[in-house]
Amino acid sequence: MRKSWWKILCVVILFYTIIQGLIGAIPRQPILNETLRNVYFHVPLWFGMMTLMVASAWFAIKYLRGGKIEHDEYSAEFANTAMLYGVLGFATGAVWGNYTWGDPLPKDPKLIAVEVGLLIYAAYFILRSSFEDEQKRGRLSAVYNIFAFAAFMPLVWILPRLTDSLHPGNGGNPAFGKYDMDNRVRMVFYPAIIGWTILGVWITSLRIRLRIIKRLKTEQF
Amino acid sequence: MKKILALLTLTLLFTTNLFAQQEVKMADKMREDGKIWVVVAVIAVVFAGIIGYLVLLDRKISKIEKGL
Repeated sequence: MRKSWWKILCVVILFYTIIQGLIGAIPRQPILNETLRNVYFHVPLWFGMMTLMVASAWFAIKYLRGGKIEHDEYSAEFANTAMLYGVLGFATGAVWGNYTWGDPLPKDPKLIAVEVGLLIYAAYFILRSSFEDEQKRGRLSAVYNIFAFAAFMPLVWILPRLTDSLHPGNGGNPAFGKYDMDNRVRMVFYPAIIGWTILGVWITSLRIRLRIIKRLKTEQF
Repeated sequence: MKKILALLTLTLLFTTNLFAQQEVKMADKMREDGKIWVVVAVIAVVFAGIIGYLVLLDRKISKIEKGL
């Protein structure tokens, strides 16, 4: 396999996250109890998704400027993995919320914003599949990608803070850092974000390499 | 001024949690029994399996790339 130091780093960090995340001490908070440990798994999925979406938009812009088909492929695959992380984040959030909020799918602005955002990105893939011509597909999906990104960020970061929300850090609630996190938690939380994000990049890199192989094989004929 | 008062009251109210520390139920029994390590082992095995699959894919792709 293509040896990269960051792949090994990713595995080490994630094993550390799992082991220290379950064994390590955390603040004792009512309602949350042990579920605070989900902050090592659920939250990094969202941070990872954001990073992957940034990468996707970045390569979309690069494609529009240069026209190199590789950039379009990178953009699509980053969006793909971002979608995977988004769905996983949504599912894990529903499981967590079920036992702490009492409802897996409450009427929460952040949840609604995420649902809308995931639908927007799902439409991106449908848009892509409707084109045969490489360049046309690349151009249109790159433009859509940039709009999707520009719509998603305010939806998920700004909108929930303007209204009532259940999520920590939004709608008048104190942010997670204020009362539920201490330095012991942060020691696992920050590496976890890095680890899960690198994992997302690794998965994306594999998909991109597969795509390149497929394209080269069809070009050979 | 009102905001400061509200914040102060809120933080003072949180001190009651300190008394509640005995009462906040955590998985202490699981730690005493050492059963928490079972949970760690299960999740670690699942994760190792997923990473193993990823490495397998990576190797397969490298092989094909070399052949091209």
